[in-house]
Amino acid sequence: MPASRRPNQLFRNLNAKIAAIPMILTASVVFLGGTAWTVFYSFTGSKLLPKLKWVGVSQYERLWNTKRWIVSIENLAIYGICMLILSFVIGFLLAALMDQKIRFENTFRTIILYPFALSFIVTGLVWQWVLNPEFGIQGIVRNFGWESFAFDPLYNPDIAIFGVMLAALWQGSGLVMVLMLAGLRGIDQEIWKAAKIDGIPAWKTYLLIVIPMMRPVFITALVLITSGIIRVYDLVVAQTSGGPGLATEMPAKYVYDYMFRAQNLGQAFAASTMMLIAVLTVVIPWAYMEFGSKKHG
Amino acid sequence: MVNPSLLPAAPKVVGPRGPKPTKAISPRNIMLYGTLIVVALYYLLPLYVMVVTSLKGMPEIRVGNIFAPPLEITFQPWIKAWAEACTGLNCDGLSRGFWNSVQITVPSVIVSIAIASVNGYALANWRFKGSQIFFTILIFGSFIPYQVMLYPIVILLREIGLYGSLTGLVIVHSIFGMPILTLLFRNYFTSLPEELFKAARVDGAGFWGIYFRIMLPMSLPILVVAVILQVTGIWNDFLFGTVYTKPDIWPMTVQLNNIVNSTQGVKEYNVNMAATILTGLVPLVIYFVSGKLFVRGIAAGAVKG
Repeated sequence: MPASRRPNQLFRNLNAKIAAIPMILTASVVFLGGTAWTVFYSFTGSKLLPKLKWVGVSQYERLWNTKRWIVSIENLAIYGICMLILSFVIGFLLAALMDQKIRFENTFRTIILYPFALSFIVTGLVWQWVLNPEFGIQGIVRNFGWESFAFDPLYNPDIAIFGVMLAALWQGSGLVMVLMLAGLRGIDQEIWKAAKIDGIPAWKTYLLIVIPMMRPVFITALVLITSGIIRVYDLVVAQTSGGPGLATEMPAKYVYDYMFRAQNLGQAFAASTMMLIAVLTVVIPWAYMEFGSKKHG
Repeated sequence: MVNPSLLPAAPKVVGPRGPKPTKAISPRNIMLYGTLIVVALYYLLPLYVMVVTSLKGMPEIRVGNIFAPPLEITFQPWIKAWAEACTGLNCDGLSRGFWNSVQITVPSVIVSIAIASVNGYALANWRFKGSQIFFTILIFGSFIPYQVMLYPIVILLREIGLYGSLTGLVIVHSIFGMPILTLLFRNYFTSLPEELFKAARVDGAGFWGIYFRIMLPMSLPILVVAVILQVTGIWNDFLFGTVYTKPDIWPMTVQLNNIVNSTQGVKEYNVNMAATILTGLVPLVIYFVSGKLFVRGIAAGAVKG
């Protein structure tokens, strides 16, 4: 940058600067400032109100000694890993199905994507009802005569998390499919022809040629799905309220409950800082790969 | 599969040539469409169950199964959900939440898009020193979990006296909608031919003149996408609605959750399902009406330009 020696540097392009004030405030005060504030106060003993009583890392020590937090993390890990794998597999399979030059493609896409328009609250409540052990799927199978049939994900702590996952997949897999479909459509048709001429079977072409070529789409989907997973909150609140027991507790819910119910702000800040760290470990490598290597922005 | 012996002898060519003969019923098609139909049924099932349940009376729900169509159709649950269901002490149904959500969504959509489009315009055509840095922070900020910024915003809103008010919630929605919308508008304005902007500059138009007379009218396609994105996003919001409002102005999603998951009284599943459909209706209508535009909206939101 050449150092320009204009006296009125600040007032150049003044209108644009005035117009950008909301953006500047949001970026600096809310995003940067707010994050720094939360991280800073996670080292204090704030209870009902934020207080500058320095306690070092004892909030974090307490956090990692709280059973509910540990269970939340375990739940998130199980939910996250399964969600990631299933979202990718289902999303890709659906996209591959839709890419077979089928008729009524628009109709099928509309049907698969519509749950994405619904809120997590609506999703959670619907699946709470469908999975109701008395009247839902379990009740129906039992009515057919299979009395011992058990499928009550929302009442059995061992599998409750999979009940939530069922709902989350229903809501979100359409989006993954749309992304993957866009990726598949971006693949040059010549590749398919070439593979066909070489006599490579279709599944092998997908696995060895097409999927590696779709890397950017996969990474976008990965970042989207992961940040969605770490944020999961409304769905659990609506579907299970974290229960039965602690079976579907999630970190985001931990933060909310300590912040606005248990009036233990320090704990909530420590927990949310941990969430921030989790997101950053995903986003920073991604940003580095996406924008660090190209340098043509 | 076509038996090769039925084909006319063509020894030189390995494999079929020319356009593939299309047969309506082949094992491949049966598999393909069979799978697709099963998948479609799975996605439609909850919607069907919702509608069916909401049209039954409670006695029928207790004896039947949730997939059975109603024997006697009743609209009573709908009326109750809309006008009589209770949240806490208020027993005027979801209609209250509906109007609250309207009052929240309309100004939030307008304000957030107005701010973001000006931002995008400034970033595309009037870059200043540091503008890129703030934009980068903004985009990174969209990945920060909301939980991290919840409390600082509570304090900020309390300081300016807007905590618990509609205006406060509108500000919050404008803040959190800003990254994605700014990105959308910036990319759109960057893709417009630069000559347009230069010609207007030569003719003496300034920052706002160019924005209102040229850029804004030209941004109609992206404006529609942004409106769809924001209306569904803000209507479906739950977290900000619970944190930054009080029960009187709760948005529909928060009220719905309170009605359905309240622990008092007998569970009225039909009313609950009617209330659930009512809450999902606005985004669903937008989705089905806008069709391809909705897809473009989420794709634009997802695949960064």
